[in-house]
Formats: sequence, C-alpha cells, structure tokens
Amino acid sequence: MSSEGAVAPATRPAGASAAPENVTLRLWRGDASGGAWVDYVIEYLGGEVVLDVVHRVQAEQAPDLAVRWNCKAGKCGSCSAEVNGKPRLMCMTRMSTLDLGEPITISPMRSNPVIRDLVTDVSFHFAVARRIPAFHPGPREADGTYRMAQVDVERVQEFRKCIECFLCQNVCHVIRDHEENKPAFAGPRFFARLAELEMHPLDTLDRRELISRELGVGLCNITKCCTEVCPEGIHITDNAIIPLKERVVDARYDPIAWLGRKIRRRPSPTPASVTAALSPAGASGEVISTDPAPRATP
Amino acid sequence: MTVVDETQGPPRPTPVRIGGARGGPPLSTVLRRDRWRVQPTLTALGLLGFVGYTIWAGLRNGDFYAGNVGRDYLSPLYSPCLTHSCSTAGYVWGPLFGSWWRISPAWLILVFPGAFRTTCYYYRKAYYRSFWLSPPGCAVPDAGSTSPTSVRRRYTGETRFPLLLQNLHRYTWYVAVIFAGILTWDAIAAFRFPNGVGVAVGTLLFVVNAVFIWAYTLGCHACRHLCGGNLKKFSEAPVRHYFWKNISSKLNAHHQLFAWCSLFSIIVTDLYTWLVASGTIHDPRIF
Repeated sequence: MSSEGAVAPATRPAGASAAPENVTLRLWRGDASGGAWVDYVIEYLGGEVVLDVVHRVQAEQAPDLAVRWNCKAGKCGSCSAEVNGKPRLMCMTRMSTLDLGEPITISPMRSNPVIRDLVTDVSFHFAVARRIPAFHPGPREADGTYRMAQVDVERVQEFRKCIECFLCQNVCHVIRDHEENKPAFAGPRFFARLAELEMHPLDTLDRRELISRELGVGLCNITKCCTEVCPEGIHITDNAIIPLKERVVDARYDPIAWLGRKIRRRPSPTPASVTAALSPAGASGEVISTDPAPRATP
Repeated sequence: MTVVDETQGPPRPTPVRIGGARGGPPLSTVLRRDRWRVQPTLTALGLLGFVGYTIWAGLRNGDFYAGNVGRDYLSPLYSPCLTHSCSTAGYVWGPLFGSWWRISPAWLILVFPGAFRTTCYYYRKAYYRSFWLSPPGCAVPDAGSTSPTSVRRRYTGETRFPLLLQNLHRYTWYVAVIFAGILTWDAIAAFRFPNGVGVAVGTLLFVVNAVFIWAYTLGCHACRHLCGGNLKKFSEAPVRHYFWKNISSKLNAHHQLFAWCSLFSIIVTDLYTWLVASGTIHDPRIF
C-alpha cells in the first residue's frame, strides 16, 4: 500500500527501541459480503500500542480503514478486536508484547456480524441488556431514604467495573461457535450484570427462573475464557456465573433447599417474570430474529 | 443503578439481526500463535494419569494398610475401609461388608470422591477443554462446530441429561466433607505407633494430604455458595460472612491449585503406604 494520507508520518520518539524498523500489520478488510487479509508494512516507533499503529496505517496508508475507538485508555471498550487471534482491546495491547518479526493479524470480533473492516454490529448485546429486568428496590425507609451496609454492597462493586467491551461475549464459545444459541443465551457480560442485581442488598426481584429458562445459564460450561479476556480483571466465572448457577440450583434442583423454604416459610422474592413489564423493554419485549441468510464466513 | 420509571410507556420491541456475516476470517481458522495446545494436553495427561493410577491402586487389593510394620497408615484410596479384608489386614474399624465381598474395598468408596471431583467446577473446565474440546482453547473453535455434518454441530451445554446432573455438585460436596473428616482421622492415626505417639515420614505425608483435601473441599464453589454466597445481606449473618470472605473465598481463589495438589497428595500417600506395607521401603521415624 502506498502512503496517501495528508497526515504527516509520526516520528520515532527519542530513546525508543531501535529494532525492528518495520512491522507488518495484517488487517482484515471487508464487509458483510466478504473480505480478505491486507498487509500493511509500517515503521515501528517503539512504545506504541496496537491501536496507535492501526491509526498510523489509517492516516498514512488506508484512510478508508474502519476502526471503532474512543478513549485510548482501556475505559470505553470500543476498540475490541482480535490481535493474533486473541480477543483484546487494541489500545491496551502493547506492540512490544507481540512477535514483531511476523505479521500481526488484526481481525474484527468474530461473534458479531461485521459492518466493515474492524467494526462489528454489537446490537445483539444491547438487545440482551434490555431483556434483563432492571434494579427494583423495595419501599423506602420512613425517612424517605435507602440504607445499605458497606459489607453488603462491596461484593457487587467488582461487576461495576465492566466497560462493556464485549470481549467476553465474543470469546464465549456458546455463541461464538453456535450462532443458534444467541436467542437463548445472555452471555458472560450479562451474567455479571444479573449477578450484580441478584446480589444487591436492596433489590427485590427474583430472576433465577429467568436466568435459567430464558437467559440460558445452563449453556455455560464454565471454561473461563470470559475471565481470561476481561481487560478489567473481573472474575466473571467464579464470582458471577457460578454463583448464579448455584442460585438456580437453589431454586430448581435442590430438594433440601426447597424443603427449607417450606419449613421456615420465608417470604419469596417477587419473581422477575411478574414484574418484567416494569423494565423499559420488559423481559419479553425484545425481538431477536435469526437471519435465515447463510453466513458469508462459515 | 437505574431505578425504573413506572410512568414509561409500553415496551417497544427492537428487531435485532443475528446470524449475519460474521466478522473476520472463517471460524475454522485458528489465528492464535501461542502454544494453546499445551495446557489442555498437560491437563489431559494429568487426569488420565490419575485415573490410570487409581484403577491400578483399586485393583491392587492388598498392602493398603501398614499395620503389619507398626504403622497406622491406611491408604486414602481405601479409607474408610469397610470390608472383611480390612480386618484381616489388621485395620481396626469393623467390617460392614462380610467375607462375601470379594472385590477390592476401594471400589466401595471411590465413587464418592470421584463424583465430587467429576462435578467440581474446576474439573469441569479441565475436562470440557481437554477431552470434550469444547472449546480446547479460548478463541479456538469447538470440535466439530465448524463442520456442517458433524454430530457436534449443536451445543446444549449443561441443559440436558446427563450433564444436567452437574447441578447436584453440592450433594457430592456434603459427602466430600465426611470424607475429609475421615482422612483427617487417618492423619491423626498416623501419629500412633506401637510404643506411643511419634512422627515418621509417612505421618507428614498423611498430614499434608489432609490439609490439601480440606483446602480443596472448603474452597469448593458449592461450599462458597452454601456458607454465605447465597445471602443478599452479609450484615445479617456476620459469622457466615466471615467464613465466606476469609476462608472459602480465599481458598476458592486457588481452587485449581488445590485440586491438583490434593490429587497428587492422594497418589503419593497411597503409593507410600503401599511401599511401606509391602516392605519395599522402610518408613524412617523422625521422633
């Protein structure tokens, strides 16, 4: 590719590593109708992250390259892609951690429909988000406030770190390798969201039946790839999905737990299905359709 | 947190297209450059090695108790020993199964810790990756998923029998706690010598084995849930919160490590007991 951008090439910073001079970025270029790998040879300036180099390719060699990004600080979750086959944030992947002697492959998230080049359609994930009944607290206290003990809320703080980069959704083989599961599976990011709601001390909804029957926690076989790729280090499997699975066992599979509830006559939380209409879109207000058209890339 | 505004209008369905052209190259292409095959291969070899050893040790049906050489060592693969052959070997617990029980006493009990480990969340990850190849590695396609004619084209996870039975893990944990108690008793008994209390190399092995078994059992995800993880408000159950936070959760963070450590300690303890009981080696007494 020839240099054709108006932007002046960046210069190597003082003290940057000297070798190698050039690196090859092998980018996936294409859209829903198909695509191919395109190699771009570009000077490596040292101290860069992958997104920096992609931006220089865009500025100097391929101004029509589509790439989604925003903060360049690992906090917006926009620049998710697959670098050398691993789902990662491009802005948080240092070039120095890669083998620069070989072409560096950068491809879009493979679980999503491609829009163009490295940009994919993430609307599926937001549709799942709208299926989850929102936070639903009980009545306020006499002084009109809510009170929570710190010890009760600190557990869910971990899930609040999620930046919704959807790398966990992308790597989860339940939908990555089995597209047909999408209507029946929420995915790791939303199990973290559900865990946050289920563990919240003020929330009064019981979403366990929903989690089991409609959002498919049973499809997860806990191979922990979501945890491995999470850029925020959230222990999605251990702290969200497995606790949700155990809560579903409480509700559906454990006869002793059932007997305990009967004997102690504990008031049951409100089932989510009853109050689903309180959610902006409701638990069943979303339409997820499967495109009958065959996939362009099998 | 978003507090729901109950004055909003009726929900508006938003069509979402799925099943469109996927991003990037074909899913059957593995782009990972690292040695992702190493971990599932090592895991498979380790698990197969343990299963193979356990079968051999179970079929051995002899030299599982070292009372004949003045050591109160009972192999963890045979504990609790419940058959007539245990008493003939010198083991003090009375037999529940008479002389009519011909096969190895190990087979009476191995099913319980076996069920605990088979349904364990860590081991599930291990064998789903290593044997099921579902997936063999992150961002590596499931075996058969990219072939239109494969019987494994469809994936149902743990929603169908027999994998639905994984939900009974907590019941196997209840039994595992009993077994951990029995192995603790065996470790205490290992301090007993014909002329009083003492410590030998075998004693240390039994103690280490019991410690690893407890670390693995108390760090179990089902234990973590039952001891406090199922609560909405920790502040209403401070003792359970203490156990959840300071014991089960801390052990759970190293659940994989303790799963393997306890596996190896069981093998080493059984092997040592066999070598001592068969007279192959002498168990040096420390004091």
